[in-house]
Amino acid sequence: MKLVELQKKFAQALMAPLVPGGVPAPAAGFIKPNAHLTARERLEIYRRSYWYRLIDSMHEDFPGLRAVTGPRAFDQLIRAYLADCPSRSFTLRDLGSRLESWLRAHPEYAGRRLALALDMIRLEWAHIEAWDAKEERVLGPEDLLEPGPRLKIRLQPFVRLLALDYPVDKLRLSVNAGEHETASNLVLKKVRRRIGSAARMKPRRIYVAVHRLDFSIYYRRLSVEEFTLLSALRDGRTAGAALASCCRASRLPIDKLRARVEQCFATWAELGWFSK
Amino acid sequence: MPANRFNGFTDYGIGIGLRLAHYDHILKNRPVVGWFEIISENYMIDGGRPLAILDRILEQYRVVQHGVSAYFGSAEKLNREHLKRLKALVKRTKTPWLTDHLCWGSVDGTYSHDLLPMPYTFEAAKLTARKIRQARDYLEVPIAVENVSSYAEFHVSEMTEWEFLSEVVERADCGILLDVNNIYVSSRNHDFDPYTYLNSIPADRVAQIHIAGHSKFQKYILDTHDHPVIDPVWKLYEHAIRRIGPTATLLEWDDRIPSFEEVHAEARKAEKYAPALSALSTAFNEAG
Ligand SMILES: [Fe+2]
Repeated sequence: MKLVELQKKFAQALMAPLVPGGVPAPAAGFIKPNAHLTARERLEIYRRSYWYRLIDSMHEDFPGLRAVTGPRAFDQLIRAYLADCPSRSFTLRDLGSRLESWLRAHPEYAGRRLALALDMIRLEWAHIEAWDAKEERVLGPEDLLEPGPRLKIRLQPFVRLLALDYPVDKLRLSVNAGEHETASNLVLKKVRRRIGSAARMKPRRIYVAVHRLDFSIYYRRLSVEEFTLLSALRDGRTAGAALASCCRASRLPIDKLRARVEQCFATWAELGWFSK
Repeated sequence: MPANRFNGFTDYGIGIGLRLAHYDHILKNRPVVGWFEIISENYMIDGGRPLAILDRILEQYRVVQHGVSAYFGSAEKLNREHLKRLKALVKRTKTPWLTDHLCWGSVDGTYSHDLLPMPYTFEAAKLTARKIRQARDYLEVPIAVENVSSYAEFHVSEMTEWEFLSEVVERADCGILLDVNNIYVSSRNHDFDPYTYLNSIPADRVAQIHIAGHSKFQKYILDTHDHPVIDPVWKLYEHAIRRIGPTATLLEWDDRIPSFEEVHAEARKAEKYAPALSALSTAFNEAG
């Protein structure tokens, strides 16, 4: 058997979903048994470690989603996801990159909590991206000496902007607290209650920036004006064009809006959100 | 071998794996350590805390890169994006040599994230050696490949594991990262004599040695890196040092990681079998 053929067969058996019966019989035909283990048992060692490595990684990356769906549904969801979307990257960091689009195509895995689950996935994926995104050279005061409408200000890659329908930022923080080893039953109950009531809520638009500061990730709520402005900068628009789109999105009187924008810019610059 | 062309003619002593759990301790206490081994993939990223920590470690310590996903033994081509990122990291760390495993793990761009066993065939040896050469030419750094622990053997194999390892490194003209714990684990799983393995490999190609602990199950041994090194593995290590000479040695501890001091003390047990390594480790820190 050629190497390429053997590896394809092995991988196919390795990645076949874990079922109670174990490896399908013909899959193990290319492996030698030994005195202690059959070929299927030997392959099973690899299958278990493959599946549990990937499942563990998803648990680590999406604790909020797990809290939304409940542990049992989460387990079914990620096993189905991983069967459909095995890793296409050399790093496990990218494992959840297709989870949002996959769940949109397979809504049955989230049941009545689909919308909440999708928002949580978007937040948790933004969290992963913000964690190790590049930090470009921060925009300094000297870069703003001659501000004008054509000034190009870029948003740092470690700032991710989200428009959401549910307060998943708050929920995720309470999940974090609940995940802490010392968390009492009371805390865990509170987390479950919060998620339950969020799932019953009517959708209400919120805007969140997931960003990195001193190597930690924070969630910062934004107004619609802030979100519009920052999104335009992220998309490469000039400062002037970004401000114009912000004006269009806002219902505030112009002088109030101007004061607020000035204040926001000062804060964002302090957070290191801008690069050249 | 001590210094040779496969480890960039360096004389490194005893090192330990750089792990997240020890970042704070290392930066705060600056312990005397011969060198750190890093898992390349953890730092093949664009920014954030791991890279910032790495830069601080590089200011004070010697670092060698160890990879887990080059998959030289996969039948598919090398991953260009992977190599590009790896090269950027090589420039950052100035690693004198670079290691990865003699295994496969991906098919058509789908990754298993595991170190899967090779069929020991001439076809596989040829292909693997070609990929190692390509990677070395692109990365411009010596490469050493590590023998893995395995739990399965293939009907198609045409030679023993140590013959396959020798065949690959001779064809690729590359070094060996000799993992004595992996030899022990595989010898128990596949019923061979680990000393035959040690005596058969080309000693002059060994760039580095790995030692580690493992977990024993009823019917097989699993390479878990979550225990101290057991006596039979130290015995093998002693034999390896006698055959190869005092070689850069690294303790791997990846799961249920104890305190930094405990890991370091475990690594330094190697000095008993290779006293020359102790002088090499401390001399660097005193000079630096
Ligand atoms: Fe190893």
